[in-house]
Amino acid sequence: MQIIFEKRESVSRQAVILVPIVSFLVSLLFGAILLALSGANPFITYGAMFSGAFGTWNRFTETLVKAIPLMLTGLGVSIAFRMRFWNIGAEGQLTLGGVAAAGVALYLSQGLPGWLVLLLCILAGCIAGAIWAGVPAILKAYLKVDETLTTLMLNYVAILFSEQLYYVSWRAPGYNSGTAPFPETAWLPRIAGRAHIGLFFAIILAGILWFVFNRTRWGFELKIIGENQTAARYLGIDIERNIVLAILLSGAISGLAGASEVLGIARRLQQGLSVGYGYTAIIVAWMAQLNPIVILFVGILMAALLVGGDQIQMKMRLPAAVGLVLQGMILIPMLAGSIFTEYHIRIIRPQKTGVEAEA
Amino acid sequence: MIDQLLQTHIIIGVLATGVRLSTPFLLAALGEMFTQRSGVFNLGVEGIMLMGAFSGFWVTLVTGTPMLGILAAIIVGALMGLLMAFVSVTMQAKQGISGIGLYMLGWGLAGFLFRITVGYVTSVEGFRPIAIPILSDIPILGTVLFNHNWMVYFSLLLVPISWVVLFKTTWGLKVRAVGVTPEAADTLGVSVRGIRYACVVIGSIMAGLAGAFLTLGHTNMYGDNLTAGRGFIAVALVYFGRWNPWGILAGSLFFSIVDALQLWVQVLGLDIPYEFAVMAPYVLTVVALAAVSGRIWEPAALGKPFDREA
Repeated sequence: MQIIFEKRESVSRQAVILVPIVSFLVSLLFGAILLALSGANPFITYGAMFSGAFGTWNRFTETLVKAIPLMLTGLGVSIAFRMRFWNIGAEGQLTLGGVAAAGVALYLSQGLPGWLVLLLCILAGCIAGAIWAGVPAILKAYLKVDETLTTLMLNYVAILFSEQLYYVSWRAPGYNSGTAPFPETAWLPRIAGRAHIGLFFAIILAGILWFVFNRTRWGFELKIIGENQTAARYLGIDIERNIVLAILLSGAISGLAGASEVLGIARRLQQGLSVGYGYTAIIVAWMAQLNPIVILFVGILMAALLVGGDQIQMKMRLPAAVGLVLQGMILIPMLAGSIFTEYHIRIIRPQKTGVEAEA
Repeated sequence: MIDQLLQTHIIIGVLATGVRLSTPFLLAALGEMFTQRSGVFNLGVEGIMLMGAFSGFWVTLVTGTPMLGILAAIIVGALMGLLMAFVSVTMQAKQGISGIGLYMLGWGLAGFLFRITVGYVTSVEGFRPIAIPILSDIPILGTVLFNHNWMVYFSLLLVPISWVVLFKTTWGLKVRAVGVTPEAADTLGVSVRGIRYACVVIGSIMAGLAGAFLTLGHTNMYGDNLTAGRGFIAVALVYFGRWNPWGILAGSLFFSIVDALQLWVQVLGLDIPYEFAVMAPYVLTVVALAAVSGRIWEPAALGKPFDREA
């Protein structure tokens, strides 16, 4: 007798939905054990986290504040992941997007009409994010350089660069760190509390990406490249060009996340821009199974863990890192569980099924 | 500015610091070399290092015995290695992204545990340098090579040891076979899963030790993200060390000397912005990866789960 995994003929829809949910529960269970061991009541703690994130309208808007960059970077990395390009660099792309937007707001906005300033800031953020993702994309497409390592390394470079700017070169006189506040023309309008219209960017982009992935030729090409490069070549798809284009788009969306964060929240470049959204984005995208619409909701869930963590730190003197532990713990069971979406488990040696042609 | 850097005692200082800082790179990269030679890509080294750094620090703080801290780092490393092996070998998950999962887990968990258990900045009595008799009296070379704590010597000794294990023992042959043609190895009765589990756990233990070196042999303190990407750089070092211990030694020394240079630039207060100096190793990693691309051999089954039925 033997336990074996048998390839399914098509992806199991049940598993696609169940695996992320079970993974989330596993992570909550693991977190509960950890909390209990450290002397806190897990139920009370989770209750406090939940009400901290959703309990009042104000808190909910704060959850949205954190959800916006998670949704945007989640959408960004999901494009890359569709083609099996492991862009771990959303953090750096977001950071540089914020830097570029800040640069335009501070130094290039004089004498321009108000509406143009904001537009240019956002555009600069997208371009900066695209360039930062473009470097590893070109290295991968044309030199076959492993993208996980290059995108990771560029995160550190981008963050150090932004620190240099707000601690030294762009530091406003009279501050220990941080630039001068942006002119009001560069402020991203807010909807409720501190939640800004970046939320609409995320919703609109999710709709567009859903359409592109499911209803356009280019979306289909990306899918084929991700699933079978040999088939893509036979079909005459230019793999290198498509990888670079898709990753430029991926980086641009993360850059947009950074730009809307600085223009909508702090409204100056200061510490606190690079707080790990770009890494959590990986969990968001994966948990949503790369579905752009689902990414919006998972973004809110992950933001709630962060805001809930902050709240219990203030109220219960427990470390805010609880949220980070829960997030970190979701990804592992989810990856381990992904085998169930593609395989059956058989306890006895089965007859081999014929290989199905998969398109 | 340049002549400031070229004074003899500064060159010696940079080289001595460089040799000391090569330890975490060497430990983590030699471990990852075994992991990758067996066909598994473990990107979680950074997270394991963070947990190793924390557990080594905390146990030393509580017990006052750094060797118990080392033991804790070994145990924590092994446990995280088992988790990675289960996910990537048994469950055949995507390895790059599993590693990121392990990184995030280690990052969050180490931060959480530090705040629960310690919560304030404090230092421990770590390992002291041991001057090797006679050898440490050699001018220049003595200071550069023979006046370090035991972990530095240990990691340097691991270079020839790993080479012998990998290329001159039956077990090493099995590891290499499993990483290149797991099907053939399987036919010959080698347990592909067994070898991969062993290599992932060995690599993770060494990553745990690399982390513990940072808190017990370098800073004597723990801080959030104190590994600062060294675990990821160690993974890159395996690439341009071409999966060979000697190549990894050369790469580790090169990177640690750049690291040391960066520290000395800060100490001397040279007119280079601090952030740009700190950036150097990361930029260099990207450049080095691009430079060796296409010309490198890699274990053919690297990153591919083994499924006997497939």
